[in-house]
Amino acid sequence: MFASCADPSTLSGLNWTLCYLTTGKHLDFYWSFVTVMMLLVITAPAAMAFGFGGAVAARSHIAPLRWIGKAYTAMVRGVPDIVFFLFFVIALDQGIEWVNHQYQCPDWTEPVWKGLEFRVCPAAKVPLSTASAGWHQAYGFALAVFTFALVFGAFAANVLYGAMEAVPGAQLETAEAYGMSHRQVFRRVLVPQMWTYALPGLSNLWMILIKATPLLFLLGVQDIVYWARELGGAKTQAYAYPHPDWRLYYFLGLMVFYLVMTKLSEIVLGRLTARLSQGQATMAGDAMRKAAT
Amino acid sequence: MKNLILTTAMLALTAGAALAQDVVRMGTEGAYPPYNFINDAGEVDGFERELGDELCKRAELNCEWVTNAWDSIIPNLQSGNFDVIMAGMSITDERDEVIDFSQNYIPPASSAYLALTADADKGGVIAAQTGTIQAGYVAESGATLLEFATPEETVAAVRNGEADAVFADKDYLVPVAAESGGELVLLADEVSLGGGVGLGLRESDTELKAKFDAAITAMKADGTLNTMITKWFGAEALTF
Repeated sequence: MFASCADPSTLSGLNWTLCYLTTGKHLDFYWSFVTVMMLLVITAPAAMAFGFGGAVAARSHIAPLRWIGKAYTAMVRGVPDIVFFLFFVIALDQGIEWVNHQYQCPDWTEPVWKGLEFRVCPAAKVPLSTASAGWHQAYGFALAVFTFALVFGAFAANVLYGAMEAVPGAQLETAEAYGMSHRQVFRRVLVPQMWTYALPGLSNLWMILIKATPLLFLLGVQDIVYWARELGGAKTQAYAYPHPDWRLYYFLGLMVFYLVMTKLSEIVLGRLTARLSQGQATMAGDAMRKAAT
Repeated sequence: MKNLILTTAMLALTAGAALAQDVVRMGTEGAYPPYNFINDAGEVDGFERELGDELCKRAELNCEWVTNAWDSIIPNLQSGNFDVIMAGMSITDERDEVIDFSQNYIPPASSAYLALTADADKGGVIAAQTGTIQAGYVAESGATLLEFATPEETVAAVRNGEADAVFADKDYLVPVAAESGGELVLLADEVSLGGGVGLGLRESDTELKAKFDAAITAMKADGTLNTMITKWFGAEALTF
């Protein structure tokens, strides 16, 4: 990065450390923190959307919709995460390419699946083999976000389903007695009140999501744990900056990162819980009412 | 609307032209110096990077490097995420059943044991990387096999006493032993395994395989391959 770092073998002490910490590989490492944060920021709302959809479907009066909602939560929750992340992604990737293949190359005669090989016409590859490395990474990241959202959405669906059931029935009946339609009751009474019941479950999911990000590496996205292991491993003279096994220090750094992330989340979630309990017909809501008078 | 059709046609044309150039995606592990590793600039480097680039130049292919974890490198080749495996992979009968190999670009080389002392027990706990010929050999030898996902971890297991010795390609272990300051030593006896290191390709890619075979033959004939082996693995390394 700096001109003075051109020949690492002549450096020593602080200069060496400074140059070492700014190598291209370290910049990739720092960048992977951004990748992980981005994954969290995008996945959380996406998983909530899946969860909300799943919960609404599971409570639907229309039987097929109800079956879809129930099947989604039951199936995804039942499959171990690691199986999901290893096989679902390959299947999804091949599915996308297969659909694209039908569209792009209708005249292709060779079989797509031959033994263990999967082969679509070159124009149907997603992304194209000529695409830059950036596109391949973006595609991998998008697959990762979708998979994470699908898995965590199933858990969120169950949490939200429980929360919707927990809203006192008397509230809904009162709303109906005032002449509101089902839709209005759902929008004005049920949804605003369910969050206080959903929050403990959702906050658990958020914490698990933070700690599940190393699964990214299974999906081919180079995350912070991959880089910590790669950078910390003992390096021979084949590398410009040889050093002994430093994995301990790198993993200590990661520990601090994860602890800070979970601590910050706890603070935010605590405030949110207090806010949502206001005026609720729960113990916490009652306590707040008594404290105010 | 007319414009739209025109641009799509243009796009289709340029895409066709670009595809004709044949980008070959080379898959490697990036954790096995000096065969292949990620250098400090974050790029794939090592013997196989230099050789692969030279082979692509001779075969007039446009090559791009990608890294993939060792465990899933064969499934990813088959599902088309890259076209060639160049990751210090030894040619064995088991692997030859699922993928194809080019001719070898490194002669059948010795595997060796690395331990804390020269009299370490080879029948004790032996560390090896998952899915390598060395791991298969240890499992059959009757010793207790301790598997790790990366080569780096196998050496670390010997350093912290978890394993009695690590069994791996000698070319990988020599620099590790040399730079350990006497902490780690290579055991005297070596074992020759496999049919050398070759490029792994899909069985249906016969044309690509022929191109690489021709390039390797040419490099063997004019001696450039031997020079490259000596440069990366030292003067004692086996050559053709």
